[in-house]
Amino acid sequence: MSSTAPATPRARTAPPGWRAALLLAILIGLWELYVDIGGADPLILPAPHAVAKALYEDRTLLWSNFVVTAQEVLLGIAVAALAALVFAFGIHFSQTLRRAVYPLLVASQAVPVPMIAPVLVLWLGFGIKAKLVVIALVSFFPIVVTTLAGLEAVDPELIKLMRTFDASRLRIFRHVELPSALPGVLTGAKIAVVVAVIGAYLAELAGASSGLGYLFQQSVAQILTARAYAAVMIMSGFAISLFCLLTLVERRAVPWAYESRGER
Amino acid sequence: MTTEAPEKEPREFQGLDAIRVEGVSRTFSTGGPEVQALGRMSIRASHGEIVAVVGPSGCGKTTLLELICGLQAPDEGSVESAPAALMPQRDALLPWCNAIDNACLALRARGMSKTRARAVAAPWLERFGLREFQDSRAAQLSGGMRQRVSFLRSLLAGKPVLALDEPFATLDAITRLQMQGWLSHVLASERRTVVLVTHDVEEAVVLADRLVVMSPRPGRAVAELEIALPRPRRRTDAALVALREQALQALGVGG
Repeated sequence: MSSTAPATPRARTAPPGWRAALLLAILIGLWELYVDIGGADPLILPAPHAVAKALYEDRTLLWSNFVVTAQEVLLGIAVAALAALVFAFGIHFSQTLRRAVYPLLVASQAVPVPMIAPVLVLWLGFGIKAKLVVIALVSFFPIVVTTLAGLEAVDPELIKLMRTFDASRLRIFRHVELPSALPGVLTGAKIAVVVAVIGAYLAELAGASSGLGYLFQQSVAQILTARAYAAVMIMSGFAISLFCLLTLVERRAVPWAYESRGER
Repeated sequence: MTTEAPEKEPREFQGLDAIRVEGVSRTFSTGGPEVQALGRMSIRASHGEIVAVVGPSGCGKTTLLELICGLQAPDEGSVESAPAALMPQRDALLPWCNAIDNACLALRARGMSKTRARAVAAPWLERFGLREFQDSRAAQLSGGMRQRVSFLRSLLAGKPVLALDEPFATLDAITRLQMQGWLSHVLASERRTVVLVTHDVEEAVVLADRLVVMSPRPGRAVAELEIALPRPRRRTDAALVALREQALQALGVGG
């Protein structure tokens, strides 16, 4: 039995825990100290306590703008994931699609998003549509790549086995390829959520009337740097939470991907 | 030499033989230099017969099974076989499924619902001593249990021919002996035409009705031994030991 096998990988993927918290506390302490002893003008670099104060005092403002951005990010990821799976499955099933579509997908990643975002806003308006397109554009590609990698990593013995069981192409996909690819899909999604938050900022930069990115720009323009930093904290915190959430989903949904790493 | 157009599916036919492979050659050239796996290989199996195929590593045994299963077409010669289900070399269980759902795979592949497939598989798990492990995922099963699930999975495909590719090669020596006894027992009550590929001569002699010895690459049949011994067989039985010796001689490793 391999009941001891998961121990090593699980320890490695566990939250970094107290060491990371300690390091973070030290860094914040140094930052506080640096500002307090006059290393930087508090207007330009606010001390952590000032950021904390802004987080508390502007909580209503920050929250209402966070809700806007969170909505963009979550819907954007949904669009990205849907598009990515459609592309990945299509490419997997059809050589023609692979030859026609894959190079264009790669090329789409060479488009400088900060340049295309304002054009998209001009076209699709200040509403959520342009934002979803920008977020999907920056975050769909990792999911395509990792999903395809997962689909291609299927044990060829299993495909042969299914063929001797007279399984149709679709049933081979459903019972063997799709579950094999699931860990890859989730890995891609973990990368995608982090990039999606950056995408949301770029989209709001190109034209918005609310959202944390918008609030950030407004705050910087008004030299409300503590508030700007507070917005940054919330954005990063959101990205980290989404990442951790997906790690939990991974543990629940694809436990075998952890188990089998120790053996074989 | 008969040169027939390669067929995708092995032809099915009625007759005394369940498998008839005649003068089959198969050459691979995946990138590197050409490798001839089989050179004019012939083998037959009548209905319900257990034929063991032994040979040195890389003599095309797996290729032979894939030809019988219709997964490949011969370059030369002909392959005729009743429908065959493969039991792959490593157990190749689905890591995301528990034992019962792994055993159900062939039924699910035919479109049977999960509930019905489980109902079909459950008594078999019971019979194979796997009942209390039916909800355990593949990684939680021991090597011997994994092989039993893997065998059951191929058995439930309901094909008249089973193509077993070194089924016990990855097991430790003691478990392998147990599993050989177990398989012999199962096949006695669940008669199928079996092609058992192995590199273990003793395993072949204990389990099979007939033993085919293959040459090194390009593989072809160089010797055939009838094993007309009553079952259950004892490994220390003089007749069995003599047959084993003969097979080893044919392989060129006899004492």
